[in-house]
Amino acid sequence: MIRELTCVECPMGCKITVKEENGVKEFSGYSCPRGKMYAENEIVDPKRVVTSTVKLVGGGVLPVKTDAPVSKKEMFKVMEVINSITVSAPVKTGDVIKENVYGANIISAKTVK
Amino acid sequence: MKNSYDIIIIGGGPAGLAAAISAYDNGVKDILILEREPQLGGILNQCIHNGFGLARFKESLTGPEYAERFIDGVVERNIEYLTKTTVLSVSEDKKVTAINEDEGVFTVSGKAIVLSMGCRERSRGALNVAGTRPAGVYSAGTAQKYVNILGYMPGKSVVILGSGDIGLIMARRMTLEGAKVHAVCEIMPHSSGLKRNIVQCLDDFDIPLYLNHTIINIEGKTRVTGVTIAQVDENKRPIKGTEKHFDCDTVLFSVGLIPENELSKTAGVELSPRTKGAVVDQSRETSVDGIYACGNVLQVHDLVDFVSEEAEIAGKFAADYVLNGKKDKKTVETVCGANVSYVLPQKINVLDKENVKLFFRVNKVIKNCTVKVTCNGETIATKKKKISVPGEMETALILANKLGSLNGELTVSVEGEL
Repeated sequence: MIRELTCVECPMGCKITVKEENGVKEFSGYSCPRGKMYAENEIVDPKRVVTSTVKLVGGGVLPVKTDAPVSKKEMFKVMEVINSITVSAPVKTGDVIKENVYGANIISAKTVK
Repeated sequence: MKNSYDIIIIGGGPAGLAAAISAYDNGVKDILILEREPQLGGILNQCIHNGFGLARFKESLTGPEYAERFIDGVVERNIEYLTKTTVLSVSEDKKVTAINEDEGVFTVSGKAIVLSMGCRERSRGALNVAGTRPAGVYSAGTAQKYVNILGYMPGKSVVILGSGDIGLIMARRMTLEGAKVHAVCEIMPHSSGLKRNIVQCLDDFDIPLYLNHTIINIEGKTRVTGVTIAQVDENKRPIKGTEKHFDCDTVLFSVGLIPENELSKTAGVELSPRTKGAVVDQSRETSVDGIYACGNVLQVHDLVDFVSEEAEIAGKFAADYVLNGKKDKKTVETVCGANVSYVLPQKINVLDKENVKLFFRVNKVIKNCTVKVTCNGETIATKKKKISVPGEMETALILANKLGSLNGELTVSVEGEL
């Protein structure tokens, strides 16, 4: 079986080919270790960082992200959790907003004083 | 408030912030940044997705995180800035007239000026799309501001015209927030966005990308009720019989960015018809002495990392202008060879002593190609690329030791399999 992937790790967007024969996987076309890791993951359990916003008390929204990639199939469930969160300032970039959501923490992506 | 500064920076987005820091670190401390929005950071504030900073910081940051690193840099250096301040004009003798709630209309003069106003989106009006004029038609960036800064959803059922990166990013963003994105239409045979965005914004969510397609009609009386799309022929004319209809309440336009040069014009800065930005040399100095330009107002970038790099050049040379006065210059021009749509900088000062990085774009997809920079038939720089696409800016490096020998136009060409 041959699969063609486009790496999303950086803007180069390398085309990675995965050849699978008798359970042995062979990767080609990647140009860095991140790319190889992406391809290894992508054919088993594709993962993505989710970015979104949560409500700020007093108006406006705060950008947040998962601090690690989460399984692609859980993305909408992660969104449900994110959409249920309300945060009040002050908050700093990197502050954990909610722990262990489908294997990642939701963290703040902005400092609001 | 003072009425004169060494350097005035117009725009506190990624370009303005990096230019300010670089000017400061190169010896000029008397700097004022003028920003129209309530906060520094520019468009990065609404770009909450990740993928910024891989080149510069070797990590994948969101827009606000990337901006914060530079805002912190400005604050640490005590660089002065005014937000909610709109610049009305910049004169050739470097007087800046601006307006805000506290000062009213005021004028400040600078020894040097850095133009870093960014760009604006092409609108529906610029394309003349047929149909009615209902609510629900937005540029992708406007929708992005609604969702990511103001916290409103502009619609639930969406068709996107144009496959620019902002359109692709918004396809994913609206989908994650519960909207149904029916299609992204692109009139060209290739996407104008980054490949990774096709994968992670469209493919991940099974959103179809219709290449060689455009919207031929927008329907709805008060609110959008639907659109009709059609395939186009090689002359970009709709082909009869290929029409498809989508019921939707929202149409997003992601059809290109135009450098925002209204202020550059008031200063008498020469603009390039190719880039729609200022004509500059490698110091990013415009045709007006002491006025520099960088970031998306100069050329529309794909990656903010390159914006920062360019702004640092402009900031450094603006500082040099303030400290050491006008530079001696002897320039040669850069021109577009085969398959190249623009080259920046448009002029090279051959008296300079540093390597010069040329930025350019190809005008079609070219595989297994060779980038060549030549001067009077002699090859000055060359490199090979697996693929070169119009959506991604390319670079070529001219080594400092070649500059002295340049005695005519520099031609940049890219040849390979079309």
